[in-house]
Amino acid sequence: MTARALLAAALLAAGSAIAATGSPGPAGVSDVVVTGSAFPATLAEYGFFADAGADRPAAGVVPYRLNTPLWSDGAEKHRFLYLPPGVKAAANGEGLLNLPVGAALIKTFAFGARKIETRVLLHRADGWVALPYKWNEAQTEARLALAGARVPLTMPGGQAISYAVPNKNQCKECHALSGAVTPIGPKARNLSAEWLGAQHAAGRLDALPQVARPLPIWEARAKAAVADVARGYLDVNCAHCHNPASSASNSGLDLRWEQSDPIKLGVNKRPVAAGRGAGNLEFGVVPGDPDHSILLYRMNSLEGGVAMPELGKATVDTDGVAAVRAWIAAMPR
Amino acid sequence: MLLTLAAVLAAVPLHAKTIDVAAGEGAQQRLQEALILAEPGDVVQIGAGRFMLTDGLSLDANGVTVRGAGMDATILDFTGQQGAGEGLLVTSDDVTLRDFAVENAKGDAIKSKGADRIVYYRVRAEWTGGPKETNGAYGIYPVESTGVLIDGVIAKGASDAGIYVGQSKAITVRYSRAEGNVAGIEIENSRDALVTTNFVTRNTGGILVFDLPSLPVMGGGNVVIERNLIVGNDTPNFAPKGNIVASVRRGTGAMVMANDNVTVRSNVFDDNPTSHVMVISYPLAYTDKTYNPTPRQVTVGSNHFGRGGYDPQVPGKEMLLAAFGGTLPPVMWDGLGDPASTLALEPGANAWTLGLSARATDPASGKPGPAKLPATLPTAATPTALPTVGAPPELDARIVK
Repeated sequence: MTARALLAAALLAAGSAIAATGSPGPAGVSDVVVTGSAFPATLAEYGFFADAGADRPAAGVVPYRLNTPLWSDGAEKHRFLYLPPGVKAAANGEGLLNLPVGAALIKTFAFGARKIETRVLLHRADGWVALPYKWNEAQTEARLALAGARVPLTMPGGQAISYAVPNKNQCKECHALSGAVTPIGPKARNLSAEWLGAQHAAGRLDALPQVARPLPIWEARAKAAVADVARGYLDVNCAHCHNPASSASNSGLDLRWEQSDPIKLGVNKRPVAAGRGAGNLEFGVVPGDPDHSILLYRMNSLEGGVAMPELGKATVDTDGVAAVRAWIAAMPR
Repeated sequence: MLLTLAAVLAAVPLHAKTIDVAAGEGAQQRLQEALILAEPGDVVQIGAGRFMLTDGLSLDANGVTVRGAGMDATILDFTGQQGAGEGLLVTSDDVTLRDFAVENAKGDAIKSKGADRIVYYRVRAEWTGGPKETNGAYGIYPVESTGVLIDGVIAKGASDAGIYVGQSKAITVRYSRAEGNVAGIEIENSRDALVTTNFVTRNTGGILVFDLPSLPVMGGGNVVIERNLIVGNDTPNFAPKGNIVASVRRGTGAMVMANDNVTVRSNVFDDNPTSHVMVISYPLAYTDKTYNPTPRQVTVGSNHFGRGGYDPQVPGKEMLLAAFGGTLPPVMWDGLGDPASTLALEPGANAWTLGLSARATDPASGKPGPAKLPATLPTAATPTALPTVGAPPELDARIVK
């Protein structure tokens, strides 16, 4: 037996002890670290990945994608769901999958081959915890960035930006529903039927959620209804704050997919506390007139105090702006 | 007394600690990390100096005190801010903010949302370039909170309101100075507010009490405005259009719009060129069926009214000034609402009305003239039976020097 094999055998035998001390290793995901009370200093301590570069998911860590994704300065997202052995997610209609204690969501933000950050959402006994990890230059380690960070980046188009890794509180600003941290992405309506089916078949999901009206697939949006594309975009990119139980509740603007009251969606709604974010315009959405709609004005801005979203935005999402513009333009005046 | 002391002691966790943060290299990270790691009972003590910040700060831990070395000594400078909608955001309960300044935030200076029992004490929120449309909207901005004590603050240069309390309950704003903002102090869609002993000057409008439609919290009222010095509010309106305060006329002292049970008394009003007091209905179209656009039970009691109404931003200004002998009476009403229950005025004071016949009509279409107002209202609070207003008294314990 080689020294390496001996070491591996020792590690396997001592699996739980290693998990308790948080050391990375081939033992897979450490449930003790996921559900413990500490904020691990490195991403590797969770054991979500078999390699230091976080490319090969460990057992129980399954990649997924969203029909319409959150846009973050054009970063590519690599999303994973971890469920401990034998644990099932529960279907919850079209809404957020019910992920039990012990589950984790992992999302890596990358530009091409360069990983910038990996955010984890951990379901612990006292609730969800959101933590950001920032990758080093060598791409060998992601370390906890509790207070956030700024990373200078050059976009594919050559534009230099200051990319913001959110701090722990900022994670919660978007992820809070009635004051408690909650996942945003994995709603059945924004997941593919194939993926849901595969999870169900694998025994990781208790039932197949019934979804009458899924969000459009962003890449195929040319084939979807203009209103669905825009409303899906607003739901995913804005409604985690702009809903009655989250951080922008006081605005009275509710951009959730399920909202149908025009004024709550901003149609002929006056701003409340927009300040100069109103851009000298009178209403959130003016039917047929995107250029006089505050919603579009703020999406198009990069200026602090004006730009929406407030966090995670150093560039304008021209595709998103185009989708929302088309929706407003198509509304009867 | 012993009992009170025991209660205060019991509320302080055993292992409360002080986290010191000094100015200098890495201040953004160190200060934000301290705010994240703080636990109930802890004090985040920010040293003297100028902290050059690049991003908004936030606090989400209950029961934390954030304390500087004085509002002119500890300065959180957001001139180089790149992200976030405010300088400092508080989203937790029982927080005390004291003795520091927030300068030149890109959006709002200090916002506390859903943060119950918050104390702002001797903090300064300022845009240092004076009144500008590019300044942030609100200086001190508690919203959706129950229990708000604002004491000894200074708010300057906000392009909306210097001190803005929105969608909240049990509020005291006192001993504070609001200067050079569009609105000095604004109480919006809120109840049980006491605004007292403040110095409100050089704003476009001094103290506004508003209720707006289509918001999660409506039905503003039970507000007492007393013993304030509301003088020289003469800054031209510099709010970006689209915001409700952009419609405030330069030279307004106190303005009550669409509220219920508001008392304005024992204030000193001087040199407010449009009107010392204005009581009006919400002037815009709306669709919200649950909204009441008309003021009810507003009492203007005994106030000192100095010179005012001499350069009013109202239609037909020249004719009106001539008709009233050079200056307009100190209290302006739009004429809407039941005359018997909308507005009462202490005997001897004068009011005039725009004489509007309907809401949301052109102000120039009214029939202006002297207003005959009752001295009391059928169900209004009397001086001896004011509504219970103000922050919970236990918040005072947090600002014992």
